[in-house]
Amino acid sequence: MTTALSHGLWACPCCRRLCRPSAGNRGGAGRCPRCGATAHPRKPDSLSRTWAFLIAAATLYVPANLLPVMQTSSLLGSSRDTIISGVVYFWTSGSPGLALLIFSVSILVPLIKLGALAYLAFSVRRPGATGPHRLGRLYRAVELAGRWSMLDVFVIALMVGMVRFRTLATIEAGPGAAAFGAVVVLSMLAAASFDPRLLWDASGPSSHEH
Amino acid sequence: MTAGAEASPPASAGPADDRLVACPECDRLHVRVPLRAGEKARCVRCGTVLQSAPYWRPDQMLALVMAALIAFLLANACPILELRVQGSISSATLLDAVLTLWREDRQLVAVLVFATGLLAPLADLLAMTALLAAVLAGRRPAYFAPLLRLIQQIRPWGMIEVLMLGVLVSLIKLSHLAQVVPGVALWAFIALTVLLAVVLSYDPRCLWELPAGRKGAA
Repeated sequence: MTTALSHGLWACPCCRRLCRPSAGNRGGAGRCPRCGATAHPRKPDSLSRTWAFLIAAATLYVPANLLPVMQTSSLLGSSRDTIISGVVYFWTSGSPGLALLIFSVSILVPLIKLGALAYLAFSVRRPGATGPHRLGRLYRAVELAGRWSMLDVFVIALMVGMVRFRTLATIEAGPGAAAFGAVVVLSMLAAASFDPRLLWDASGPSSHEH
Repeated sequence: MTAGAEASPPASAGPADDRLVACPECDRLHVRVPLRAGEKARCVRCGTVLQSAPYWRPDQMLALVMAALIAFLLANACPILELRVQGSISSATLLDAVLTLWREDRQLVAVLVFATGLLAPLADLLAMTALLAAVLAGRRPAYFAPLLRLIQQIRPWGMIEVLMLGVLVSLIKLSHLAQVVPGVALWAFIALTVLLAVVLSYDPRCLWELPAGRKGAA
């Protein structure tokens, strides 16, 4: 297998230049001769870090969905909205497209992302039926889609900032918003700590070219 | 398009390593190929992009980055929307929204919105300005490598396109509550989203491949 590692070369994580670590330094860390970034053969402690961020994100996913993300108070009374009640509001007020959008990015995407990353991390330990080609594609999709979960955080921030009618109505962010933001950040960190090269290492030399 | 910029490669790098590139997703080794502007080279095993030759020249890119900076200033200096309910008017910029969140004890959300909607895109644009200006001046100053590392670190956290969608969603949401008048910043955000999409498609790592020209402070 003609991988960089099999030739004793490490790719710099920043500028991608290949580095040849000194003989006594295999398996440790080295400095990229071009840009000075710390290079490793693979991302350090990739699987442990991925699992740690995943477990933290999955734990916070519960309060993120149960606690109110927004509290509206107006002359007509006050209401507390969770993420799902926000989706229901759009659905019933005649914007089903918007309801689907919010439902996808706020509820489905984080859930699929956590599940997919757990599956990827698991596949490194036990290469199964799914080949590294498809797993690699899954990783790329997860990395791309995850950032869109921030949509609800931005919407909450903008609503809170905009609706400032002292006596008529105000909107405040609820505790769920912080939990939800933390889920997004933690799952992005989980995806960033995962090293997709491990999928190919695990599949061994039997994986076909092309 | 092979890297010819190194005046004297450090001892730890073999002379052949410059001509090779490893796939970032599967680690397969490839020999670098010369590319024309706008072309990409993909990994033969997994299809990940290995090298991309930018479509834009550095001077054109600098113009786009400056345009994006102007759009960024407008987008953040002016109110995004103006709300009108029974004669009273409420409007806010993105920074106002962040400050409101902070004052209401939602510091975590405030920091998150500030970092992803303001700080990361601004730092990215300023770093790109400094890098492209240095390249155009034919120099590779001491801040060249640290700024490139900074861009690699912060790029995933800049989320202007998500923020743009958030502005549109809150516009629809607020239009149920009050009369909404789009502000200057709304148009600036749309321009910023488009310009930033072009800027982010430019992989600044290709600047390493450009000859450093006159050796300056490097």
